[in-house]
Amino acid sequence: MDERVAAALALLPRYLSQHVILSVAALAAAIAVSLPLAWLAVRRERARWPILAVVSLIQTIPGLALLALFYPLLLALSALALKLAGFSIPALGFLPALLALTLYAMLPIVRNTVTGLTGIDAAAGEAADAVGMTPGQKLWQVEVPLAAPVIMAGIRTAAVWTIGAATLSTTVGQTSLGNFIFSGLQTENWISVLTGCFAAVGLALIADLLLGLIETGLARRDRRYVLAGALGLLAGTALALAPLARGQEAAQKSVYVVGAKNFSEQYILAELIGARLAATGAVVEKQQGLGSAVIFRALAAGDIDVYVDYSGTLWANVMQRHDTPPADDMLGEITRWMKERYGVTVLGRLGFENAYVLAMRGERAAALNVKSIADLVPKAPQLALGSDLEFLSRPEWAALRDAYGLKFASQRSFNPTFMYRALQDGTVDVISAFSSDGRIAAQKLTVLTDPKHAIPSYDAVVLLSPRRADDARLKQALMPLIGAIPVAAMREANYLVDRNADKKTPAQAAKFLADRLHLN
Amino acid sequence: MIDIAGVTKSYRQTSRRQDSRRQDSRGQNARDQRASDTDASFAIQGINLRVPEGTFIAIVGGSGSGKTTLLKTVNRLIDVDAGRVSVGGEEVAHIDPVGLRRRIGYVFQGIGLFPHMTVAENIAITPRLLGWAKDDIAARVRELLDLVALPQTYAPRFPSALSGGEQQRVGVARALAAKPKLVLMDEPFGALDPVTRDALGAAYRDIHARLGLTTLMVTHDIQEALLLADRIVIMQKGRILAQGTPQELLADDQPDGVRALMDMPRRQAARIADLSHAGPAAPRNRSGPGDGIGERDG
Repeated sequence: MDERVAAALALLPRYLSQHVILSVAALAAAIAVSLPLAWLAVRRERARWPILAVVSLIQTIPGLALLALFYPLLLALSALALKLAGFSIPALGFLPALLALTLYAMLPIVRNTVTGLTGIDAAAGEAADAVGMTPGQKLWQVEVPLAAPVIMAGIRTAAVWTIGAATLSTTVGQTSLGNFIFSGLQTENWISVLTGCFAAVGLALIADLLLGLIETGLARRDRRYVLAGALGLLAGTALALAPLARGQEAAQKSVYVVGAKNFSEQYILAELIGARLAATGAVVEKQQGLGSAVIFRALAAGDIDVYVDYSGTLWANVMQRHDTPPADDMLGEITRWMKERYGVTVLGRLGFENAYVLAMRGERAAALNVKSIADLVPKAPQLALGSDLEFLSRPEWAALRDAYGLKFASQRSFNPTFMYRALQDGTVDVISAFSSDGRIAAQKLTVLTDPKHAIPSYDAVVLLSPRRADDARLKQALMPLIGAIPVAAMREANYLVDRNADKKTPAQAAKFLADRLHLN
Repeated sequence: MIDIAGVTKSYRQTSRRQDSRRQDSRGQNARDQRASDTDASFAIQGINLRVPEGTFIAIVGGSGSGKTTLLKTVNRLIDVDAGRVSVGGEEVAHIDPVGLRRRIGYVFQGIGLFPHMTVAENIAITPRLLGWAKDDIAARVRELLDLVALPQTYAPRFPSALSGGEQQRVGVARALAAKPKLVLMDEPFGALDPVTRDALGAAYRDIHARLGLTTLMVTHDIQEALLLADRIVIMQKGRILAQGTPQELLADDQPDGVRALMDMPRRQAARIADLSHAGPAAPRNRSGPGDGIGERDG
């Protein structure tokens, strides 16, 4: 079997299980909220329009945005709770995903329940009154059973939507089938993307089938269908919970959560750290694909335990500093500041830098006689700049632009993979590359020097969360990595994942890196 | 058994959702004031009616005469604007409507069985609401199926598997399940074919006598009322036009309106008699015996 297929299949049980648990929880919560809300909308005509309008409005917010909005909201709530009640709320992972998906699933349930309850034959309602039912008995013994097939159809729609939208929860750090899709997109691993898509579609089809059985049973008043559907759903949920139960035993041993941002190097380093921790017998979880701004806050809040960041990023983004001191001074200052301000430990440098650099195709740079950014300044007005999705809004770009007075004819943002393609095919002339990127050597790019040292250094450093500051096992597992990874080795490992032919998975690249550096 | 005194109900109130629990006596006068603005706004007005225990009374009248509204004031499906309704000497306005309804049987226009419940579950509904023991309920269901002449094998079936006549037999059984002394019937046999209707009417009259029930039945069919009821109340435009025994109402000394109404079944009977005396030469359009009608008892 293809290595990438095998790697994807190995991850499938865990991703699928997490996806099922999240979807079931969100659907259950949505049902619990929607049914009373729909009942209220039926009973109080004045409340009907506002309720339906609000749930419809929620539906128009893109799923990704809804998920993203819950992170700052929960972060603020968590701070408030910590101040008032002395506990914090996890702002990343399960909770924001659950909340967003719950809101998302409400529309079809509320709408169908309202339709179902208002559409009941008036004679049945009057009969319920006349035989002496209380309003509650009328609701549960007559109205709900009669509206049940319509309500069930709404739940069915909601289930399919939820399973689809749950793939987006990867972006707020909740493991789901979306992990296949997002990491696959980043590393251009289409097998991973397709695995995620097929699994999500398959899951949605099965859930729809089982809920359909229940709906049929309710419509035909045949308990066997209802029972078959319910048993199927229960079995599926139990199956998904099984790995979690096993995980519970393990959880007593303590789980280490390794974070990663959303590019290949981060995936590889997270695999490397995870493998070293696992080798000590620790239980390791990964939260991958997090944004630069989110990941540090997640570490400070203890949602993740360890990840690799870059000194220049911390300096400019987290500390809001705009000067560029020498690398050693900067790291010393960062280490002190992190400890003091957040209790975050800077364990040390890995040994390579992943700086933002400006790069051009070799022959183009030679033709224009550009070796440094200073050489580029007079030519820039005729050239196009390509950047990744973050660069143009980062302080590093502002520092670079202002220090040299850079002005390009056009500026365009790309997914990193497409940015390199755009450089190759001449769509852009200059790109914002990463110095540890394997493609620099592979595509014979010229990295422009920075004579004014406008961009700070970007030493890769290992950060530990406050609660892991004195964790001996963690330190013991990670200390051998400090100062051990030269940039050439990192570039090679990155290229294994980023190249188009014979692509490797981040786990394979991490293994390669460990072997090459004799880290086992 | 039932005593209705000076009862008035305006349309404005009937069209609104009835939640009798929220009704209170305050504001009653204000409503009376409003209610007497125009005659046309009343469903029923100034009704006085006594239903002695053990009698079978039929209320007849055309559409919009207020007969169903009057019936529903008895078990508080509709609350009155003015006047008093008493059942067994108790004024219904002071009785919890849920408890009241559980001790009054009710048979519906268009049957009104719960489609999601089996025949047995439909019959058992009021005893179950009253918290009877399971065994007692099961025994009662068997007893009632016998009473309305339905086979015991129908118990686990859903209403949709039964014919219209059979469904209404279940409706009668449901109304009698909690052993009420009083039964209200709203056009109970209106949806049935004539033969089934006749058979079921006679069957119910028999049950009424055997169990010593008091029955108040609404119908638009004067013939049915004449054949089943001890007394007939004729309603028109929300008021009682006349009341009396069938014999009294059929007598010649009634006002014209009543006579016109009572003459109709008599004229029909006479025309039918003429047809059968006219002999085979009469231009008839019959397909002969076995033309379908009456082949099955509903």
